[in-house]
Amino acid sequence: MRTLALLALIATPAAADEIWVTNERDDTISVIDADTLQVTRTINVGERPRGITFAHDYSVVYVCASASNAVQVIDPETGEILHDLPSGEDPEQFVLHPDGKHLYIANEDDAITTVVDVESRTVVAQISVGIEPEGMAVSPDGKTVITTSETTNMAHWIDTQTQTIYANTLVDSRPRDANFVKDGKELWVSAEIGGTVTVFNTADQTELSKIRFEIPGVLPELIQPVGFVLTEDEKTAFVALGPANHVAVINADTYEVERYILTGRRVWHMAFNADETKLFTTNGVSSDVTVIDVADEAAETTIAVGRFPWGAALRVTD
Amino acid sequence: MLKWCLVTGLMCWAGVAAAQVDVAVTYLRLDDRKPPTLSDIDPDPADLGIAGAQLGLADNATTGQFLNHTYGLTEVVAATQADLLAASAGASGLVVVQAPAATVLAIADALPGALVFNAAAADDSLRGTDCRVNLLHTAPSYAMRADALAQFLVTKRWTDVALVTGPAPADLGFADALRGSAEKFGLRLRGDAPWGFTGDIRRTTGDEVPSFTQKLGDFDMLLVADEIHDFGRYLNYNTWEPRPVGGSEGLTPVAWSPVVEQWGAQQLQSRFRDAAGRGMRPVDYSAWAALRAIGEAVTRTGSNDPKILRSYLLGPEFTLAGFKGRALSFRAWNGQLRQPIPLVDARAVVATAPLEGFLHPVTELDTLGGDRPESTCTAFGE
Repeated sequence: MRTLALLALIATPAAADEIWVTNERDDTISVIDADTLQVTRTINVGERPRGITFAHDYSVVYVCASASNAVQVIDPETGEILHDLPSGEDPEQFVLHPDGKHLYIANEDDAITTVVDVESRTVVAQISVGIEPEGMAVSPDGKTVITTSETTNMAHWIDTQTQTIYANTLVDSRPRDANFVKDGKELWVSAEIGGTVTVFNTADQTELSKIRFEIPGVLPELIQPVGFVLTEDEKTAFVALGPANHVAVINADTYEVERYILTGRRVWHMAFNADETKLFTTNGVSSDVTVIDVADEAAETTIAVGRFPWGAALRVTD
Repeated sequence: MLKWCLVTGLMCWAGVAAAQVDVAVTYLRLDDRKPPTLSDIDPDPADLGIAGAQLGLADNATTGQFLNHTYGLTEVVAATQADLLAASAGASGLVVVQAPAATVLAIADALPGALVFNAAAADDSLRGTDCRVNLLHTAPSYAMRADALAQFLVTKRWTDVALVTGPAPADLGFADALRGSAEKFGLRLRGDAPWGFTGDIRRTTGDEVPSFTQKLGDFDMLLVADEIHDFGRYLNYNTWEPRPVGGSEGLTPVAWSPVVEQWGAQQLQSRFRDAAGRGMRPVDYSAWAALRAIGEAVTRTGSNDPKILRSYLLGPEFTLAGFKGRALSFRAWNGQLRQPIPLVDARAVVATAPLEGFLHPVTELDTLGGDRPESTCTAFGE
């Protein structure tokens, strides 16, 4: 009877939404039930999984298996690896174009951004960028893709029509993550070693503001902004501060830091649940996920996952 | 621009927007005769140092292509200080030197208009009484490395140490720094002896080393100052009491090592390995850091003028992402690149200094090596 019940559970598609977390040093994905906050599945993937993103209709999930030099396409229902996409060497992060068809991939070891057609599974273009490309962003209108390069300290602005760079802007040391904000009017770029988030005016690539951080009792050099997300209304940004073990809460209109939330160690990337009541952060050193109650702006619980959790993505199931 | 592309063999192309800036760097290396060592199993690679500089050059060139900045690197090697000095007359305004302290000083004095980067000499005198206004140091000093080890010992509460020192000038310099660190961090130096064996210790280490270390008294770690890697490797496992070895062998404080892999270091390691076909050593790292510091300053200032670059490098805006977990910057009072010091053995990073709990009002990185209040360097006008 019990076995039957268990089988039935496995066979039924999960009702709850899920947070998918890539574990860089375990070659696995931990799947967290966004309601019960339990790890429900651990899925074996290629080597050194980092970037993770779902197709717009959640039919498949794309995972950068960096050391396998592939982007793996996985059925989120079964966890089965359907096929690999040609990705160029050492894919780290990527962004799916609004057309759902083109994946822009940062090839960290190769100073290249690779554009892949996920339907024909072919490389459409390769664009030379700076050393150690990392952060990827696409404008809401799909016309511009950003690659940040960590050692070159630049944001490269790529025209998606021509697949060529049309502008390069310097940012502070070791740029990590990039996001378009406010209907694409602004581009935000975090700089890990520089300790800042720079806000650019997208129209002319000029700097609008630079956000700095200060946590009492934490030395400035340990405050290293990496991954960040914005709420759907784009009024609030949450910035992971790496070895400072905090997430900063920023008013996206005033660029003021309003609060710092304590997390696990070396907080890296983040994902919201569907109604944005909870924020899940990956903590690379403590190998866990901190669940932040967004309304309370405080950590609610911690979930143990695999070694070196890196990326996080929401899977909506209904 | 083209000539540097030819010199370096790099493919480079100019952008269109910004004014072109050509940056020429001269790399001066003294290839003097190394003192003989007991073992020849791991000789220095022929491209030690310059391979790191070439990687830094390639990193700079990639950035430069987006800004219309080009970079060139000319290597000059000489067997004597006199020959190197003579050759340095044709050097560019930006110079990286891989040579002992005396040669570094002679070159800095011979090229007063140049900005000189010391990528190898660890002597603390170069950062103190012998400092020069046109001389910056990307190599960590002996004191920085010794302080890193001392912090580890304090953290472990291994507070009793004994010191064995070889006869080479570098051994004496590192030993002095280890003694200074012991005092600074409150370690007890229970024994302090020169290494005096002249026979082939490889055959007799099991006979000689136990009784030799027994005489050094009770200690938690045996410190060895053997910077030319002559005898130190034979001490481990042969001490009278079962005690670890640290310093030049065993647990080693270094600028860099192939075992460093955190903080994105994997990327630098794999770029270096692809280019040089071997692991990246401390001098490779310091030479890379010199080129990258130049590149970063050129990128931010749009200038190749050594004076402008020096001012930027010593100013508050300069940070270098050095794959060691914290931003690197130059100490404004003596031109030393402040940097974390990994403590490594052959297989892993054991700890990275500054260790937790060693506090400093400005930056914990300044708990390593000579700090501003005690500085004897006056050339920087601080």
